Amino acid sequence: MPENLTDPQVPDARGYFGAYGGRFIPEALVAAVEQVAEEYEKAKHDPAFAAELDLLLKDYTGRPSPLTDVHRFSAEAGGARVLLKREDLNHTGSHKINNVLGQALLTRRMGKTRIIAETGAGQHGVATATACALFGFDCTIYMGEVDTERQALNVARMRMLGAEVVAVKSGSRTLKDAINEAFRDWVANVDSTHYLFGTVAGPHPFPAMVRDFHRVIGIEARAQVLERTGRLPDAVVACVGGGSNAIGIFHEFIPDAGVRLIGCEAAGEGIETPRHAATLTKGEPGVLHGARSYVLQDEDGQTIESHSISAGLDYPGIGPEHAWLKDTGRAEYRPVTDDEAMQALRLLSRTEGIIPAIESAHALAGALVLGRELGPDATILVNLSGRGDKDMHTAAQYFGLYDSEVGA
Amino acid sequence: MSAKLGTVLAAAKADNRAALIGYLPAGFPSVEGGIKAVNALVEGGCDIVEVGLPHSDPVLDGPTIQTADDIALRGGVRIKDVLRTVQEVADAHPAAAVLVMTYWNPVDRYGVARFAADLAAAGGAGVILPDLPVEESLEWRAAADEHGLDTVFVVAPSSKDKRLAEVTAAGSGFVYAAAVMGVTGSRAQVGELAEDLVARTRATTELPVCVGLGVSTAKQAAQVAGFADGVIVGSAFVQRILDAGEDESAGLAAVRALAAELAEGVRRH
Repeated sequence: MPENLTDPQVPDARGYFGAYGGRFIPEALVAAVEQVAEEYEKAKHDPAFAAELDLLLKDYTGRPSPLTDVHRFSAEAGGARVLLKREDLNHTGSHKINNVLGQALLTRRMGKTRIIAETGAGQHGVATATACALFGFDCTIYMGEVDTERQALNVARMRMLGAEVVAVKSGSRTLKDAINEAFRDWVANVDSTHYLFGTVAGPHPFPAMVRDFHRVIGIEARAQVLERTGRLPDAVVACVGGGSNAIGIFHEFIPDAGVRLIGCEAAGEGIETPRHAATLTKGEPGVLHGARSYVLQDEDGQTIESHSISAGLDYPGIGPEHAWLKDTGRAEYRPVTDDEAMQALRLLSRTEGIIPAIESAHALAGALVLGRELGPDATILVNLSGRGDKDMHTAAQYFGLYDSEVGA
Repeated sequence: MSAKLGTVLAAAKADNRAALIGYLPAGFPSVEGGIKAVNALVEGGCDIVEVGLPHSDPVLDGPTIQTADDIALRGGVRIKDVLRTVQEVADAHPAAAVLVMTYWNPVDRYGVARFAADLAAAGGAGVILPDLPVEESLEWRAAADEHGLDTVFVVAPSSKDKRLAEVTAAGSGFVYAAAVMGVTGSRAQVGELAEDLVARTRATTELPVCVGLGVSTAKQAAQVAGFADGVIVGSAFVQRILDAGEDESAGLAAVRALAAELAEGVRRH
């Protein structure tokens, strides 16, 4: 059995992490979701599957991703030692490729020929389009119209890779609505099509399966930190939208009671305003996109539209395992505003020569605060989940970096 | 279990025809306009009406119903307005059965026991919850039973026979057979899968089997009435009201006329 796919204690057989998870889906999808669950169960225990995935992760993705000491950045974090897990150096520029390659192999095992996916910032869309090119699958990516505008470069990248990108015009025209549209496509085309879900949300088995494909991040990072520093970190920090990179790096540390796990969610313009995506801080338990978890919702159970400067975090839901980790107290979740994230983005760029994704900058902002709390003896591991190329347009506008005639 | 759905479906059967079931969301185009529109469904000839509780994330609905849901939600429709719609229609048409169709989160958030009690008090006969599979439905079914409400489950062409038996054993009132693999919306042809699904479903249950998804014309209604106990129409009614735009009375007249055509259709077989 491959190390990164071995069974942790949760979820239970019905896909529940405590009170969260489950499977809330139309009957038309029950057979397809059961097929994914059964095929994944078999694949997980198949040495050939593990070997092929391991080879792809090594030779195609470029794993293991390095661990980088960021001394100049650390000086701004109260002197605490900050170590970055460099998922931004993976092929396609983010952690998303880990999950996509696993599910692409699964799609081939299921005999399906078409893949659909949703994307917010485009990292998952680009990774999915990449895998579809590699495996020869037809590919359709659903993306909210708002996100196609703020992530135009990634739209072009997906099209270059041969994917069809559908701009979703319903609802808030962001990630939430892209997921709704992908579900509709799946209901109509389930015989030929796998829905390559991009985060640790959705109906069982997606939260557990996507987590398993990302556990490699934490498995590598834990060993790398031990080798580098001779001890475990005091805290592991990651940004949380749906929660896939965070669960990936957290999971291996869950049994290490002395290691604090800290998720940074998007506080947008502030959690005291209606313009945020701080689901765990401000949401309530409910059902969205096939699972019970925390949801930003009104008193009638209607989803409240989220806001974040980061398209990848602009989501009113959260993976059910995070809801469970919050309620059990094993992980802490803190809000980080747009401005705090952007300042951290600029700081890392100027002190280390690394331009992070705006998603990841939320984790960096969290690390700056935490470093000042913990002091210079602390070691903080930060998951740098993605690189910032896709966000340069947003960042350039935010900081006024365009020459006026160019940036109009 | 409610006597209402069983009574209405048995009466249609005694009349040697399929029942006609119409859907419209509450609050569309306005709360008062929506009440009139659902009444028009019954007045035009629907035996059973489904009152939609609009939801922000209707994953099983196509663009027509999603547009109506958006209009209703932007108009400020609340669950209490949906319950009032049920009450007004049930009071005005005691012979018809009134169901609520919605996604699970609004019910869960409102409170499972509270929703069942309030729906029953409003004169509702039951619910259809398309994203609540049998496995997740125990709490709801207990509350529904306590308040005499039916729980109608959906079966799909992809449902295997063993699964059909599990679903139909848990449901009451009737079984909603989805004619096609897809979301709500009118289609040129009702799927060929529907007749086979009805036959496979009947092999597992004594409950009436009604067919929905894609039916929009009297001809299609007649065709479906040839093999099913009921014909369910939604998007075509919604489209009539959308087409009428600001002209509320034209929308109501169009809905009533379509219901009458479909009612003729289910008698044609």
